[in-house]
Amino acid sequence: MADTPDTAAAEAPVPAPLTPFEVLAAEAAALPRVLSSKVDVGEIEIRTDRDSLLGLMTVLKDDPRFAFEQVMDICGVDWPANPERFEVVYNLLSVSLNHRIRVIVTTDGVAPVPSVSHLWAVATWWEREAWDLFGIPFSGQPDLRRILTDYGFVGHPMRKDFPLTGYTEVRYDEERKQVVYEPVKLVQDFRRFDFISPWEGMTNLPGDEKAHREG
Amino acid sequence: MSGAAAGTTGTDVVWNGRELPPGPDQDAVMKAITGEISGKGFIVGNLDNIVNWARTGSLWPMTFGLACCAVEMIHAYMPRYDLDRMGVIPRASPRQSDVMIVAGTLTNKMAPALRKLYDQMSEPRWVISMGSCANGGGYYHYSYSVVRGCDRIVPVDVYVPGCPPTAEALVYGIMQLQKKIRRTGTILRG
Repeated sequence: MADTPDTAAAEAPVPAPLTPFEVLAAEAAALPRVLSSKVDVGEIEIRTDRDSLLGLMTVLKDDPRFAFEQVMDICGVDWPANPERFEVVYNLLSVSLNHRIRVIVTTDGVAPVPSVSHLWAVATWWEREAWDLFGIPFSGQPDLRRILTDYGFVGHPMRKDFPLTGYTEVRYDEERKQVVYEPVKLVQDFRRFDFISPWEGMTNLPGDEKAHREG
Repeated sequence: MSGAAAGTTGTDVVWNGRELPPGPDQDAVMKAITGEISGKGFIVGNLDNIVNWARTGSLWPMTFGLACCAVEMIHAYMPRYDLDRMGVIPRASPRQSDVMIVAGTLTNKMAPALRKLYDQMSEPRWVISMGSCANGGGYYHYSYSVVRGCDRIVPVDVYVPGCPPTAEALVYGIMQLQKKIRRTGTILRG
């Protein structure tokens, strides 16, 4: 029985057909202008550079293999140690094909990232948010205003070098009858309240012996 | 008004500041008032007591739901706690409001708007600060964008602690405000 050729062929491992996810990952990685790609915790992530971003995004949106009709999110990441400290992360969703992809470009905060607002109109709000909080400029964005912080706010608060408490605080001035801005003055020092909390300080809580008891 | 109806014990008619427990005393007072009204069609009272009664019985709040505290405030309006039974009816206009409930995180950007709405409320007016964020910044005390307590912007009468306070806590805060109005309320501007 063992010497029949049919049995030997049957025992050879048959490669399983690629899942749609694996097909998408391979096709995305094979796109031109993609610098690197990886699949991590079930999510596809590709990196590109600023000059190639618009061409790549157009393909991802219009190619029927990808058909990413929606941009769910554009956000910034600040890595102060990197040569180009900012990353701009685009999370795309295809409703028709039910898959997602993440595209990442880097910038140094001076070189602008091309805007994708003519591909997805909603990108205007995301790009305004990234500009507001990180100071990442977007070229070709017709409405690059702040979106979240106070009117007349100075600085980009999500940058790592922005102090937590900022530079100004407000109070109502009884004499001038208006809300005034003043340099920040913390009456109460920063305190850590929980250095003896049962979650950080105590390692053997009352009752733990029951959990570790033998038998 | 002094208890005038014949046959009662001479008890002063009780205003809502001095409750009588249910019992013979309360029955006597109710009977006296009913007799007064059915006999003459009117009753007489101290003006400041009537003013206090009206103010505490129809505290219309300017709803200022800024964050998750607003959800607890909504619970307080809903049938389980039912603030309507205390005459507390939410208003969407500062012109019609007596009390502003600051429910949530007050940010720097919102602070001028909050003050403007407070200024538009007609006197007498009160403010309830609801939750840790409105009381003193709370979780966001050290933030670059949050006011460290709404009492930096408007004068506050009652602070309701909690993060967020339960609907019961807010109702209790409103009752504390009613108590304060009864104690200090006057037809003169204070």
